[in-house]
Amino acid sequence: MKDFNGKVLFLDRSDINTDEIIPARYLTEITKEALQPFLLEDLSLDGFDPARDIQKSSVVISRANFGCGSSREHAPWAFEVNDINIVIAESYARIFKQNMFNCGMMAVELEPKDIARLFAKFAGQETTLTTDLAKKTLHFSSEKDEETISFTLSEFDQALVEADGWVGYADAKY
Amino acid sequence: MGKTIAEKIFDSHKVDNPFGDIHVIRLDAVFCHEITTPVAINDLVARGMDRVFDPTKIKAVIDHVTPAKDSKTAMQGKILREWAQRNNIVDFFDIGQNGVCHAIFPEKGFVRPGYTVIMGDSHTCTHGAFGAFAAGVGTTDLEVGILKGVCAFHYPESIKIEITGELPQGVYAKDAILAVISRLGVSGATNKVIEFTGNVIDKMSMEARMTLCNMAVEAGGTSGICAPDMVTVDYLWEFIKDEFASKDEALKSYQAFTADPDAGYTEVITIDASTLVPVATYGFKPDQVKPISEMTGEKVDQVYIGSCTNGRIEDLRIAAKVLAGNNVKAGVRGIVSPASPKIYSQALEEGIIKTFMDAGFCVTNPTCGACLGMSNGVLAEGEVCASTTNRNFNGRMGKGGTVHLMSPASAAATAINGYISNSNLYVTGDK
Ligand code: SF4
Repeated sequence: MKDFNGKVLFLDRSDINTDEIIPARYLTEITKEALQPFLLEDLSLDGFDPARDIQKSSVVISRANFGCGSSREHAPWAFEVNDINIVIAESYARIFKQNMFNCGMMAVELEPKDIARLFAKFAGQETTLTTDLAKKTLHFSSEKDEETISFTLSEFDQALVEADGWVGYADAKY
Repeated sequence: MGKTIAEKIFDSHKVDNPFGDIHVIRLDAVFCHEITTPVAINDLVARGMDRVFDPTKIKAVIDHVTPAKDSKTAMQGKILREWAQRNNIVDFFDIGQNGVCHAIFPEKGFVRPGYTVIMGDSHTCTHGAFGAFAAGVGTTDLEVGILKGVCAFHYPESIKIEITGELPQGVYAKDAILAVISRLGVSGATNKVIEFTGNVIDKMSMEARMTLCNMAVEAGGTSGICAPDMVTVDYLWEFIKDEFASKDEALKSYQAFTADPDAGYTEVITIDASTLVPVATYGFKPDQVKPISEMTGEKVDQVYIGSCTNGRIEDLRIAAKVLAGNNVKAGVRGIVSPASPKIYSQALEEGIIKTFMDAGFCVTNPTCGACLGMSNGVLAEGEVCASTTNRNFNGRMGKGGTVHLMSPASAAATAINGYISNSNLYVTGDK
């Protein structure tokens, strides 16, 4: 199973699309590792600097409809090879979300009001997430503040996380 | 309660229902291209599972960058080519036979009403035009599809979009689907199937229905879908004539995949076609849509006509009609990519290619290249393109470039004027 803990990167925008996560010009790569330097290269978001912000982060938190656009699994892979295995957002595009769990990664959904509160409390501060998969809780902490919030995972998504992805799961079963 | 088209297809393909509303369904077709499949192939090889569930149900094409532009894209083609060969995948389309996946696979009769189809490509929803459930998936889903012939989905909910009346002249399926997306928003149909119905759809060609279904994913939709009817049967007849005694019999059989009158939808939207006008996108999201009349005057550097949305023969005919006797504005680059070799030769025979060339267009081979900024028409920083494609994301056709999505008629008119324009087909009503 993958690691779902670490420093949080706040991306304060809705509709962040897969072309922004990993532009098509890098789709000629045939290994996941080769995508590592290009994550979020085309993201248009004030104050975001990929070179500065990505390296130290292991968790992404964002707003609505995260990962819309293309079906490219290169988007989760680009996160994975940057040691980001968990994204937390209000909602996701279907294919992106499925791809995350298919890779044994997590795309966690929280209520818009909870996301808004997390942004208000923690964005701009060094914040760490600790995930408890058994208890289904996310614990955020910064120097000034902390908060524990529960999340839900469908049984299927949980099974995929535990099987480290869909290939392992389906091969055993079908 | 009755069932929607998607529900009927799911119920006839169920393999397993492991959890809640997750259904694992049997696949009738798995489509592959050279961008998202090689990684799946490499992973299968690494796992010692280099096999396919049924080589006759897998179809593959090199279409995104073809001919290869550099060593990396050449390697992607090579991996796909060699895999198809060693796994006896007969329907593999390489240089000379290849074209944009969502144009070439329907054209070969690979999609039938009631089918379930996946591909590692978000615009797989296009094939729903045939009354199929067709969904774009990521590489892992594709990999399992190749290996096991199954895929997992949430049991589908559907949105019904009914378009009634008559499309005004000069207004096309592209204008209609952009209007629908602007209404639903980019996530309005997430996890849902969009079922298109109404007398406007009944009258539409398969090409126009494919344009509609193609952009379902731009509203977040899993698949677009149109009920199979005689138009579908006519299109498929050359491929199915040995299976059925008559077209009526084929239609009767396919009608198993039409929606029941009391089927349940999460939302029903009725659009009066007479209210539709030629539109284009602004900004970087496909739901940012305005009437072209409000954008007229915005200068462009390039006009692109092609793609899985609007690179079919009907699209080229419409654009050629606007272009005939005109020239591309000096300083504007016109590029057209007929979406398949069949479309290309038809366009040649009909004199359409000559019309494009006489107007000053560059005619490329069938490929996706420009649409996703990989080859054959990439934009430079700061450039603007009027395009018949389906995505106006920031940098989609080249880093720092801007894309305005529109119909082939509007794109052709824009090429002539050098700024975003309605076609004379709309202005004069000449169709
Ligand atoms: S034409 Fe564009 S949208 Fe269609 S399959 Fe090719 S790259 Fe994707």
